[in-house]
Amino acid sequence: MAKFVFKRLIYMVITLLIIATLTFFLMKLLPGSPLKNQEKLSPAQQEIILDKYGLNDPLPVQYVHYMANLFKGDLGLSFQYDNRPVSTMIGERIGPSAYLGFQAVVFGTIVGIILGLLAAIRQNSLLDYAATTVAVLGISIPSFVFAGLLQYYFAVKYPIFPVAAWEGFEYTVLPTIALSVFVIATVARYMRSELLEVLSSDYIMLARAKGISSFDIMVKHALRNALIPIITLLGPLAVNIMTGSLVIENIFGIPGIGQQFVRSIMTNDFTVIMGVTLFYSVLFIVVVFIVDILYGVIDPRIRLSGGKK
Amino acid sequence: MKKKSYALFLVLLLAMSTFLAACGGGGNDSKEKAGSGGKGSDKSDNVLNLTETQDIPSMDSALATDTVSFTTLNSTMEGLYRLGKNDEAVDGMADGDPQISEDGKTWTFKLRDAKWSNGEPVTANDFVFAWRKALDPNTAAEYAYIMYDIKNAQAVNEGKMKPEELGVKAVDDKTLEVQLQNPVPYFKELLTFGTFLPQNEKYVKEQGDKYGLEANTTLYNGPFTLDQWKHEDKFVLKKNPEYWDADTVKLNQINTKIVKDTQTDVNLFESGDADLIKLSSEFVDKYRENEGFFTVKESSIFFIRMNQTKSEWLKNVDARKAIAMGFDKKGITDVLLNNGSVVADFFVPEEFAKGPDGKDFRESGDKYLKTNLKEAKKHWEAAKKALGQDTVTLELLNYDDDLSKKVGEYIKEQLEKNLDGLTINLKQQPFKQKLDLETKMDYQLSLGGWGADYLDPMTYLDMYVTGGAHNQQGFSNKEYDKLIQEGKTTLLLEPEKRWEALVKAEKILLEDEAAIAPMYQRSRAYLSNPKLEGVLFHKVGPERSYKWAEFK
Repeated sequence: MAKFVFKRLIYMVITLLIIATLTFFLMKLLPGSPLKNQEKLSPAQQEIILDKYGLNDPLPVQYVHYMANLFKGDLGLSFQYDNRPVSTMIGERIGPSAYLGFQAVVFGTIVGIILGLLAAIRQNSLLDYAATTVAVLGISIPSFVFAGLLQYYFAVKYPIFPVAAWEGFEYTVLPTIALSVFVIATVARYMRSELLEVLSSDYIMLARAKGISSFDIMVKHALRNALIPIITLLGPLAVNIMTGSLVIENIFGIPGIGQQFVRSIMTNDFTVIMGVTLFYSVLFIVVVFIVDILYGVIDPRIRLSGGKK
Repeated sequence: MKKKSYALFLVLLLAMSTFLAACGGGGNDSKEKAGSGGKGSDKSDNVLNLTETQDIPSMDSALATDTVSFTTLNSTMEGLYRLGKNDEAVDGMADGDPQISEDGKTWTFKLRDAKWSNGEPVTANDFVFAWRKALDPNTAAEYAYIMYDIKNAQAVNEGKMKPEELGVKAVDDKTLEVQLQNPVPYFKELLTFGTFLPQNEKYVKEQGDKYGLEANTTLYNGPFTLDQWKHEDKFVLKKNPEYWDADTVKLNQINTKIVKDTQTDVNLFESGDADLIKLSSEFVDKYRENEGFFTVKESSIFFIRMNQTKSEWLKNVDARKAIAMGFDKKGITDVLLNNGSVVADFFVPEEFAKGPDGKDFRESGDKYLKTNLKEAKKHWEAAKKALGQDTVTLELLNYDDDLSKKVGEYIKEQLEKNLDGLTINLKQQPFKQKLDLETKMDYQLSLGGWGADYLDPMTYLDMYVTGGAHNQQGFSNKEYDKLIQEGKTTLLLEPEKRWEALVKAEKILLEDEAAIAPMYQRSRAYLSNPKLEGVLFHKVGPERSYKWAEFK
């Protein structure tokens, strides 16, 4: 196990280095400069400013500078938000995104599992069809449609919840529901099909033959196995949602990180592009790593190291 | 189990019905409500709620470049003068008009007794420090060039002189003397621009890199102070009791929420959580009859650049005139924009700069290149003859936002229909990429815009001098160059003659040369709480002033 973890950690660092290098050079292919007032500046004036930021240096020099700073843990300063450290910017903005994402994933997973469970138990019943319809709708209708509807009906027309802001729990209800729709649908769909497969397998039949109650079969035997694909799914899904949904954050005025990434690319804010990319990459790699370890916990059949056979 | 399935069915039904309802009659529903305006009508607490699409990029006046920064700085700080009604410069830190020397090059300002929010007095040195800082190349200020009218400013900014050599000095604590390179007649108004705001040297040095980054690492001397600044979420301004003119300020607090979605903006207005919002074109018809609906003309002019270096056709003046007159501009302003924007048959905008006679520049100047299909066709035929070709394909470079795309497609359709043998290919590029192509002059036609930096026609006209940094289309006319040069030098002390020269220059640019094809002057549609009064809208620098705003 320790050997496995160590090996994986090395791979993770290498992966990150490759990502950082690739992103850096690809980003430099973007035409234009990160200047905010580029439209109004003459080329001579632009030169003065680019010189100051070292953006006129040859690319390899810039790369070495950036990587050296990166190893010191310095992500640099933003161009668009004058001289604001990129690490501070990410820190400030990830909070709301992560909070909301966490809430949505937890809520969505619970509801999704229940829906999938009910559908599987009562296969081909009205309940099953209803759950499937919900799942299909949830996957095919984009979340911003739900967001818009929720906001209009439950904040403007019937002001039960506030329209948009980030002041407390009541402000998170509508965006959480809007975000969780996709989670609910995805989880419910997987849950149903996995559970059906597990329920028809031999060992469940054996359990039934032994006279174990259906409740025990469900909770102790079927559910545990059916959860494996859900966990595979949940890792990346959680990262996706917790790193911010651009559209939902825009609609509900949430000060999250979703917009930041897009905006940094549009404005050539080099340091922020790098910072956010690396941050996303680290999150993703770490989550995939955790998921791999979790596999073993849930299902001993999946071995982490091929050594002991 | 039966009960459970019933409940689930209900949930499903609800989900379905909300979805279907939205597809069907959502529009009608909202129309009934539209008339009611903002709720929460009790405004006796004088708290103004606003939205902004973007956070404040910088509270350091030397670094600010955008409207959000300039507007917030305008509320929380004060320079020698500030923009008042009709964009006239009214007293700020300066106590009365400046003393101007005979040659117009030495301006002496007397400062009033005013305090920073930490209790320290505002002194002449605060201006000297801030201006030197803005021009110091190490600051990398992107609006440094706005100060180039001050003696030695350009040399300082280019690193050829030390910041101490800048033509500005504190004679004593309350007297500031400024030497000008050129005695520009609009210098007093120019001083209202954000880059000219003072900064307290001691405080700024104490804060170091943190200055302007947080609410509590910035000093204020304006009508309001920045009380709370939650990045990317909201910022809160509170009335500044230390402000010298605090009696005039009626609002106690201004909350600005960052909202990036236009529909959310409208919803916040409907629920009474916002008192003043910008309306995008698609909402204008719905709210046009609303009591709080109004439009404000801005100084931005949108036009088609015609690059004379990349096409034989665009080198031909007849072809350029045909293009400039060959499309219906009204279709853009009335249908596509629908927000009060006006057709531009000019380059220097309306209601923008007043001449020495007190009249608007547009009253002195004429209208040029009006839409005229007959004339356009005539010029087009002449161009064909001169070039000996019957057909041509031109590329139109465009921004990639929704509105610009629509405008681009409209122009293509109009020109192809009206000018026989012309094919237009549209090329949409992200903003930065488009700028890059323009700088490299790697385009044929391009939809462009230009906003004013200061209240003088020169902010538009000096763009098109031969070899100018923003000419970017190979336009050159000797007489035009001469007129602009005179307007910037010899005629500065003869305002009437200067004005005539500028009128003449615009005429050459458009009527004689058709260097560009003006399309429209932009306006913005707003929706406001009807009780809100006294918000001033400006054409340069800050978008709005709240110093005189109140709820009636």
